[in-house]
Amino acid sequence: MSAPQGDRGTSAKAQMRITLKVWRQEGPDRPGRMETHRLDDVSPHMSFLEMLDVLNEHLVAAGRDPVAFDHDCREGICGACSLVIDGQAHGPEALTTACQLHMRHYSDGDTIQVEPWRARAFPVLKDLVVERSAFDRIIAAGGFVSTHAGAAPDGNAIPVSKLDADQAMDAAACIGCGACVAACPNASAMLFVAAKISHLALLPQGRPEQHRRALAMIRAMDAEGFGNCSNHFECMAACPKGISVDNIARMNREYLRAASIERPQPGLEVGTT
Amino acid sequence: MIGTPSPLDSKCPTGPIAERWDRHRFELQLVNPANKRRFHVLVIGTGLAGASAAASLAELGYRVSAFCIQDSPRRAHSIAAQGGINAAKNYPNDGDSIYRLFYDTVKGGDFRSRESNVYRLAQVSNYIIDQCVALGVPFAREYGGVLSNRSFGGAQVSRTFYARGQTGQQLLLGAYSALMRQVGMGRVELHTRREMLDIVVVDGVARGVVCRNLVSGDYERYAGDAVLLCTGGYSNVFYLSTNAKACNVTAAWRAHKRGAFFANPCFTQIHPTCIPVSGSYQAKLTLMSESLRNDGRVWVPKQSNNPRPPDQIPDEDRDYFLERRYPSFGNLVPRDVASRAAKERCDAGFGVGATRLAVYLDFRDAIQRDGVDVIRQKYGNLFQMYAKITGEDPYETPMRIYPAVHYTMGGLWVDYNLESTVPGLFVLGEANFSDHGANRLGASALMQGLADGFFIVPYTIGAHFAGRRLPKVATEAAEFGESERSARERTERLLAGKGKRSADSFHRELGKIMWDHCGMARNAGGLARAKEQVRSLRSQFWEDLSAVGDAGTMNQHLEHAGRVADFLEFAELIIEDAEYRTESCGGHFREESQTDDGEARRDDESFAHVAAWQHRGVAQSPALNKEELSFEYVRPSQRSYK
Repeated sequence: MSAPQGDRGTSAKAQMRITLKVWRQEGPDRPGRMETHRLDDVSPHMSFLEMLDVLNEHLVAAGRDPVAFDHDCREGICGACSLVIDGQAHGPEALTTACQLHMRHYSDGDTIQVEPWRARAFPVLKDLVVERSAFDRIIAAGGFVSTHAGAAPDGNAIPVSKLDADQAMDAAACIGCGACVAACPNASAMLFVAAKISHLALLPQGRPEQHRRALAMIRAMDAEGFGNCSNHFECMAACPKGISVDNIARMNREYLRAASIERPQPGLEVGTT
Repeated sequence: MIGTPSPLDSKCPTGPIAERWDRHRFELQLVNPANKRRFHVLVIGTGLAGASAAASLAELGYRVSAFCIQDSPRRAHSIAAQGGINAAKNYPNDGDSIYRLFYDTVKGGDFRSRESNVYRLAQVSNYIIDQCVALGVPFAREYGGVLSNRSFGGAQVSRTFYARGQTGQQLLLGAYSALMRQVGMGRVELHTRREMLDIVVVDGVARGVVCRNLVSGDYERYAGDAVLLCTGGYSNVFYLSTNAKACNVTAAWRAHKRGAFFANPCFTQIHPTCIPVSGSYQAKLTLMSESLRNDGRVWVPKQSNNPRPPDQIPDEDRDYFLERRYPSFGNLVPRDVASRAAKERCDAGFGVGATRLAVYLDFRDAIQRDGVDVIRQKYGNLFQMYAKITGEDPYETPMRIYPAVHYTMGGLWVDYNLESTVPGLFVLGEANFSDHGANRLGASALMQGLADGFFIVPYTIGAHFAGRRLPKVATEAAEFGESERSARERTERLLAGKGKRSADSFHRELGKIMWDHCGMARNAGGLARAKEQVRSLRSQFWEDLSAVGDAGTMNQHLEHAGRVADFLEFAELIIEDAEYRTESCGGHFREESQTDDGEARRDDESFAHVAAWQHRGVAQSPALNKEELSFEYVRPSQRSYK
């Protein structure tokens, strides 16, 4: 049998010429610059990242350093890809990660700018690769249910209303890519943090710790240098999973309740750092 | 110190199968709670198996260091699993039981797995669901608040738990949250963007690893008392697969070179419902849930090389080949059967689309019968994904699908304790050869990863700590120096290349060889040719590889080149195993071993064993070790879906 090769479908557009302006930066503390490349062999069926693969093939053939970018699953679920395309986190298509954006949305002769996420809490490591471990530290501060293997009651012991389970799932769909931060004029991580606080606050399993969790995660978020929310809602517009800003409202309620009404949480007194 | 066991002692308990794990757990030595913090476990990989193992071991009080290749443990490829996770809860009251899940899994694996392991897997499956619910995994629920189940992959009971089409994501994020809790408490030290390049064996026991820091390029040594490899499967040896781009065989291969046997590497699984290749630039393949076959009908034109668009081909000119060949199961035959049937039609010249390497999956009749709204409700997200990738609307025109490599049942050989042939080196999840035999059933991968990490290794690792003398080792030890030196030398060799070709171009070429000759169907002539081609490609690789960038910074091309170099060596082992196993079983189809009507013919007389290969040097033929398989409970029978 022969190898899978060739063009898809019957209505393939001709190859496109694309001009790419790509952010190049050799290392974390090095200056960066935009670099221009022309590609004459872009198929409309390529994904955006496949186009970058082609660019990198050309660069390697010329003995030059290929463009570094984070990517892994290439099906929109791992959250690794993190490109600002023509000023928009993940590019122009709604509800779509950069890896699922296809070149058929562009035209022959287009110029496209590609940059990394820009936020103080996400320093650039190289080219288009940024460091997002701030998100991991926020989760480590409280984005969990404190249980351990072996301690669980039967899965059906605690009923969960379908509505709560569905809403929890809506929030839990977050892929942790950081587009919300990249899109926000304040580089706020509120949507990311709110999604996790909401997911666990909506489920009975998460309730025993809901106040402690809200205080701890918000404190960790602030410590990482993310900005505050000023209701631009750019985060929701950029989110490839359509996470709603309603979660931010829920997080604010959780925080207020935890901070003002409920019992003091040892080590998490509000107003101290 | 306990004596060195003979290499292939599976350590499976005997006696009534339902009591084996219980008895084994009782017989395993325990580690005193106060002593646990003295033992340091290195966990490589943070997917379902790695994250759950790291979290559970830290909960028990062990010191744990966890390593992952991505920027965060949350990105491991377990995240991409769509369909669900099996458990023998029998919540729907439809006749499921631990025994039935055990039976289905042994049979589904085409009688090439261990009964003891599979029974244990079915037993702990129920605890996994409980544990994940407790962690806050938002499984689908019924209106009354109980967990929802569905039938999956042709199973006759509804035993699959799911979270929309993102079950893998939700389970991984659950295990990740448990891991990050331990990180926050200081019980797990987390190292991201690290690639394990060697294990360090001291006095015959795995006592450490050498990693490359992918940001700084530094080599780092880590000493411990046990090493857990949870580094996934090797589907990317085919280049085009549904695996994520970073999935690789490097950690497993380097462990193999240090003495860990590799079992049944030719057992690879091809998934029938993937989106076909669109061009030579294609970087990976995308799977669509096989639930689509519940309502979609698979067909090709009866006339070969038929250029007519599908809507202009009337029913009498369509060949619904699965319904024709398998009247009782029709479009719902198992993955391997459906995949081979599609390949057979395409090879015979009946394929569709520009590449002729696709078959139609048509929802026309289902839409006519149930209405477009019902179909949208069931499959809306999959239809959307298909439209996004192909630019075609599957409500109007049939999907085009083609099989793709998806999962690898083979892996490092482990005993019942999940310990490899290197004492102290444990292998979990897809990285081990484990419980799926020659073919994995749908919704069983997630189950096995979490079983190994949450509920098996936390017990079995105790026997290693309590049973062996483990004097303290320092990273200054000569063995660490030797491992680091060999890792460095290999990297330097990759950077000394003066050629013009990228690592990716070699990877694609390797994938083509493997897909053509060691893919869905294999024969002696093709395998022999493939072996020659792989050897020749390997020598070209070291001559023509372009070296860009340097070792002292982030260098993604260098990372990829290192993985391709290992795939180029490992590919030969798959071919060797496929040549050796002249029977057809599960995902391994040898054209010489088929029935008159083209179905797989198993050979229990000659091959009811695990083939575990021992490394003897690159380009040297490996030594074969056999572990005989006996079936006391599930009698081997020929699978039939006619």
